[in-house]
Amino acid sequence: MSTMKETLLNPLFNNNPIALQILGICSALAVTTSMQVTVVMCIALTTVVAFSNLFVSVVRNHVPGSIRIIVQMIIIASLVIVVDQVLKAVAYDISKKLSVFVGLIITNCIVMGRAEAFAMKNPPLPSFIDGIGNGLGYSIVLLAVGFFRELLGAGKLFGVSIMPLVTEGGWYTPNGLMLLAPSAFFLIGLLIWALRSWKTDQVEEPDFTIAKHTTAQEGV
Amino acid sequence: MASNDGIGKTLTVALALCIVCSVVVSTAAVVLKPEQERNKSLDMKRNILSAAGLLDESQGVEEQFARVSTKVVDLRTGEFTDAVDPARYDQRKASKDPAQSVRLAGEDDPAKIIRKEHFSLVYLVNNEQGQLDKIILPIHGYGLWSTLYGFIGLEADANTVTGIGFYEHGETAGLGGEVDNPRWKNIWPGKKVYDDGQVEIEVIKGSVDPAGASAEHQIDGLAGATLTSRGVSNLVRYWLGESGFEPFLNNLKRGEA
Repeated sequence: MSTMKETLLNPLFNNNPIALQILGICSALAVTTSMQVTVVMCIALTTVVAFSNLFVSVVRNHVPGSIRIIVQMIIIASLVIVVDQVLKAVAYDISKKLSVFVGLIITNCIVMGRAEAFAMKNPPLPSFIDGIGNGLGYSIVLLAVGFFRELLGAGKLFGVSIMPLVTEGGWYTPNGLMLLAPSAFFLIGLLIWALRSWKTDQVEEPDFTIAKHTTAQEGV
Repeated sequence: MASNDGIGKTLTVALALCIVCSVVVSTAAVVLKPEQERNKSLDMKRNILSAAGLLDESQGVEEQFARVSTKVVDLRTGEFTDAVDPARYDQRKASKDPAQSVRLAGEDDPAKIIRKEHFSLVYLVNNEQGQLDKIILPIHGYGLWSTLYGFIGLEADANTVTGIGFYEHGETAGLGGEVDNPRWKNIWPGKKVYDDGQVEIEVIKGSVDPAGASAEHQIDGLAGATLTSRGVSNLVRYWLGESGFEPFLNNLKRGEA
């Protein structure tokens, strides 16, 4: 069972979909302004990627190569619609905040990437575990980003005031940048830096080396 | 597994998959519909209360909404009407039905709604003495990408805004989507709609100069969302203008509606 455990835990740090594969950045920018929304998005994505892996894996031996991608897309899209419908029924406010981003899980590279890279070649159970693992890997990064964005941008966590704002009579002047998308880029960049300093084998070889400056005489 | 690539197998797999997926999706949609409808109506009521500035999150929305009476207004005459039942009237549907709406074009349609329904719901709240306290009007119009649907609330003087809110729109999150931003919505209460019978309220580009002569009619535009701001401005001015609710509000003030 050690391989199962690896399948589950590897995507957390060793092969993180966001930090190492740099997939799914779009939603990481969009839905991380508050923890509550982030958590729901993480649950939604983990569910979709786990079950899409499961179902793709179940039918993998019967899928004609010519319509392989379409089959995966249909399975993923159906799951996303179901998740969206469930969210609208049980968590209406949050589904309004997530708006199109639940629908955009369809285009999230992580889901399609795992279906194509893992589920097409492995039995259902490991595929399902792999889906959960990758969902959790995505969630770890999103939650970390969401934690700092909400805390520094609004002085809150899960909507509960942690650092009272100046506008509400407290002492903390919120950093408005944290509520805008660029801050997520900075935070993800810092996270990748931290992760690769810890696990140095993730550092990539540079694609090329920058040539030295030529001196003025040589240029003439 | 070369047999998978035959035309027959390809079609069978595609067909079977489509049937299974469509059954799953439609089952989910049908089973969850009642709950979604309930959420939607609750959200609508919350928006109405919020536009009136009455929403208290610590209490149940349904109990608070009991204070609100729903009436139907004939937009052509500006008077209450019994022509339709407010509990069952679907205003959105009526605005698309040629029998229940009028086509607008060009200059008559600044809010770009294309068809205007004859009847509109309005929501009235009385204070404890039984006098009219708040008026909440449904408004809609085109922003940048989408039609925004919302409510604007007025004090009993039919001039002072109590609040605004959009419960449905498809504007860009973070830019036009900032119409949902509580800080921006908080600019609206206290603004005056009319000056001398003319609609003066507008969303301007940039920030309002608080010392300016018409500051009480102006609302800051949304940064990075000029077209959405303009859309909001147009639709508010349209619905509070003479083709919208102005005749009704005038009748109401005179006590003749």
